Amino acid sequence: MNKRLSPFVLTMMCFGFAFLYVPIVLMVIYSFNASRLVTVWDSAHSPTLKWYAELLANGEILDAARLSFRVAAVNATGSTILATMAAFCLVRFGNFRGRSLFIGLTTAPMVLPEVITGLSMLLLFVAMEQTFGWPAGRGATTITIAHMTFCMAYATVVVQARLSTFDRSLEEAALDLGARPMKVFLVITLPIIAPSVVSAWLLAFILSWDDLVITSFVSGPGSTTLPQLIFSKVRLGVSPDINALATLLVLTVTVAVIGVGLGLQRRERRLELEAEAAREGLA
Amino acid sequence: MSTSGVRVSWLAGLNLGRRLVLGVPYVWLALFFLVPLLIVFGISFSTPKIAMPPIEPLFTYGADKVLQFRLYLSNYTFIAQDSLYLAAFANSVKIALVSTLLALLLGYPMAYGIARAPKSWRSVLFLLVVLPFFTSFLLRVYAWIGLLSRSGPINALLLKLGIIHEPLVMLQTDFAVYLGMVYSYLPFMVLPLYSAIEKLDPSLLEAAADLGCRPTKAFFRVTLPLTSEGILAGCLLVFIPSVGEYVIPAVLGGPGTLMIGRVLWEEFFNNRDWPLASSVAVLLLLLLVGFIVVLQRVQSREAASE
Repeated sequence: MNKRLSPFVLTMMCFGFAFLYVPIVLMVIYSFNASRLVTVWDSAHSPTLKWYAELLANGEILDAARLSFRVAAVNATGSTILATMAAFCLVRFGNFRGRSLFIGLTTAPMVLPEVITGLSMLLLFVAMEQTFGWPAGRGATTITIAHMTFCMAYATVVVQARLSTFDRSLEEAALDLGARPMKVFLVITLPIIAPSVVSAWLLAFILSWDDLVITSFVSGPGSTTLPQLIFSKVRLGVSPDINALATLLVLTVTVAVIGVGLGLQRRERRLELEAEAAREGLA
Repeated sequence: MSTSGVRVSWLAGLNLGRRLVLGVPYVWLALFFLVPLLIVFGISFSTPKIAMPPIEPLFTYGADKVLQFRLYLSNYTFIAQDSLYLAAFANSVKIALVSTLLALLLGYPMAYGIARAPKSWRSVLFLLVVLPFFTSFLLRVYAWIGLLSRSGPINALLLKLGIIHEPLVMLQTDFAVYLGMVYSYLPFMVLPLYSAIEKLDPSLLEAAADLGCRPTKAFFRVTLPLTSEGILAGCLLVFIPSVGEYVIPAVLGGPGTLMIGRVLWEEFFNNRDWPLASSVAVLLLLLLVGFIVVLQRVQSREAASE
């Protein structure tokens, strides 16, 4: 077989990657443009950092970012805990009663259009408020609950993938030696599935940090998240401070994703080396 | 005696823990996912009312303290009679199908190239496909506003090259919506295709070549059928979110770009007609469920015929 890629495949790859990255790169470049007209490059005064300075002085944007961060962090922690439990049930509990409904419930939030998820959550919160008086009004709490529900589905997939390739003999050995199930989980299982738990947490954080549609349905006056604020600005057209904000967000996420990826890879390699050393020691 | 007592309590503890581990996520999903969908279904048979919440309750107590139950079919008859909704449904399916096809045509060669690239390159290229997924969806759609605008870089380039003589109107058109859809959902197409192509045993292609099969023919007779599951998964992952998409038509489309997600949004936020928005949601859900069921039938029939 011909080992080299055909010119057609190479062209399509170059085009595809250019298609994915040129808009982002241009957005980053234009964030240093001095002109208020976003698409016209003002070569006399550019590059400039003035939009970044304006951004950091904008209290509205900072408040929205703070709210988004808080919601995303709480959501990521909560949904990762729920997802780890759900993944555990799916992989370990065999054929329990209600399993197929459970599978449906853990996957459906990923395929349900966001407008439906958002609308249904809002109607639930309104009905709950009418019946029990809780949650009173809508804000950070309702946004977090809604995010946890849809992020949990994604996080479950990530943890489940790792758990299903897990060597159970380690757990069984610990149980045979008299460890309690909870201790086995904390000392044996959790450290082994930790990379997937970290990935799930990160994924849930990012999904929540980015979400606009579901948030718009379940948020109330006085709780505007960053995507909501960006959206209201975007609808008025391009603005240079959004370019600056976009650049900061893209850079942060890129660094975080690559950093966590490298960290997990290094940890994996170290564990492999340790296991090898242990084997050699035994031999 | 005492050992068996310890054993029993230990098992009971395990059982309790097991119930808790299953119960918590189960109850959470039932309460915050299943029940809301049932409420949407119920409210789709209600009618708007000027109050908060703006819904006529289905159950009411009459003057004589008799529980009354009223169902309104008016939302569904209204949707059936107003051609706008039908057009919005048809247009959403059309836009989603075309976007899926375009994403497949671009995504397949990309996935193929990544899967067949030298090993040291593969993980880098893979990361490059995944990375846009992690950067804000809204901002990536927003990036196209500047690119496509009248004075934007694309028009400037085409004018300079003399291909066009006056700027093209690209923003607020269906073209921009297709572009935004393919752009946003391309990673969803590439990932399942990549894993399907990577799993493919290259010796099959070598065998085909040894037997005198041309590479193009081998691609259509061997590679394509063997990666059909990846194709199906990728198409579903692009098609499903595209049908109900709100952000892309709202940001890049024009006022005439009718899509069902946008109609639902506007009924809810602009017209404050919660019952009608719920009916649109129910119909959209039925459309998607119907689509998935048909696809599964086709797939299982194919599997059976093989």
